[in-house]
Amino acid sequence: MKQNKLILIAIVVIGAIFAISAMLYNQQQAEKKQQLAEQNARALTPAHAVREGNPNAKVTIVEFFDPACETCKEFHPLVKQLMAQYPDKVNLVMRYAPLHPGSDQMVAILEAARKQDQFWHVLELMFETQQYWAIDHQAHPQLFWGYLKGYGFDVERINQDMQDPSVVSNIQQDITDGELLGANMTPTFFVNGKPLATFGYEQLQQLVASEVAANY
Amino acid sequence: MSNNPTHSQSWTWLFTAWLIAAVATLASLFFSEVMKLTPCVLCWYQRIFMFPLAIILLIGLMPLDTRVVRYALPLTLLGLFFTVYHLLLFYGFIPENLRPCDKTLSCADASMVLFNVVPIPLLSLAAFSAIAVLLLKIRKHP
Repeated sequence: MKQNKLILIAIVVIGAIFAISAMLYNQQQAEKKQQLAEQNARALTPAHAVREGNPNAKVTIVEFFDPACETCKEFHPLVKQLMAQYPDKVNLVMRYAPLHPGSDQMVAILEAARKQDQFWHVLELMFETQQYWAIDHQAHPQLFWGYLKGYGFDVERINQDMQDPSVVSNIQQDITDGELLGANMTPTFFVNGKPLATFGYEQLQQLVASEVAANY
Repeated sequence: MSNNPTHSQSWTWLFTAWLIAAVATLASLFFSEVMKLTPCVLCWYQRIFMFPLAIILLIGLMPLDTRVVRYALPLTLLGLFFTVYHLLLFYGFIPENLRPCDKTLSCADASMVLFNVVPIPLLSLAAFSAIAVLLLKIRKHP
């Protein structure tokens, strides 16, 4: 029985070492993310980026997203809900992070549609139909064009504007800034320049709530 | 059973082997789940043979059943085989087949190196060979 006790002690000890080092590692990573965001604060909200909500709001959520990302799709209604919860106090900046293969075309469609003020409509359509064109973590823009056409968007103009130098450079800027800020997963959120310590909707909610409380 | 000296010795050896397997399992989970390092294909094969060792060696301890060696040794030797192959690849003794670049990881990648010093497959070699030696000892003097 002494032996069984020894086994139990060993399990507890290595389990505890695992848990503690995981906690320390995550803490360290969170600090690193925070530092990265502070050092590159100017890369968060450039003038060209898509902005939604009161431009003078004192709380800004920055979301790096990929239209082919399932979690971005799941978060979309939640972020809208957050915006509705604090009208005028919170605004949202959307940044492209086309991490999936094929997503570069999808964000080009979005940025081109933005020229017709259709960014949000096209994004909603992308998320709604995501399962049909984003297959096995790969975006298939050719499958999405059909939906665009079907819903009466000006497909030809979008196609033309995708080559527009401003469209190309805006997307490139987002990609560069995302790399600079360590946004290597989507969605990546920053609230008033602060990254989420750990990922999750509740964490986002809490961070927004605390920033609203601090600024109003 | 702890009165029997050879039994008690086998227990210690088996306990040590299990401890190594458990630590190796948790370490590998730490690399993938906490540090978010994606395991390469050969790492996966080593994991496949290490993870069950942490469980069956524990079962062999409670109560002591030295026949566990019969089941654990093949897993250990297969794991060892993949580890040696991985190390040969890592140090460039055998070339990784040329293939078009994609998102999957190279098994000879620098991200296999922990703290810029210890290659992860080297840790795996240490663990698998220590377990193999201990199990062989138990097999000789059960």
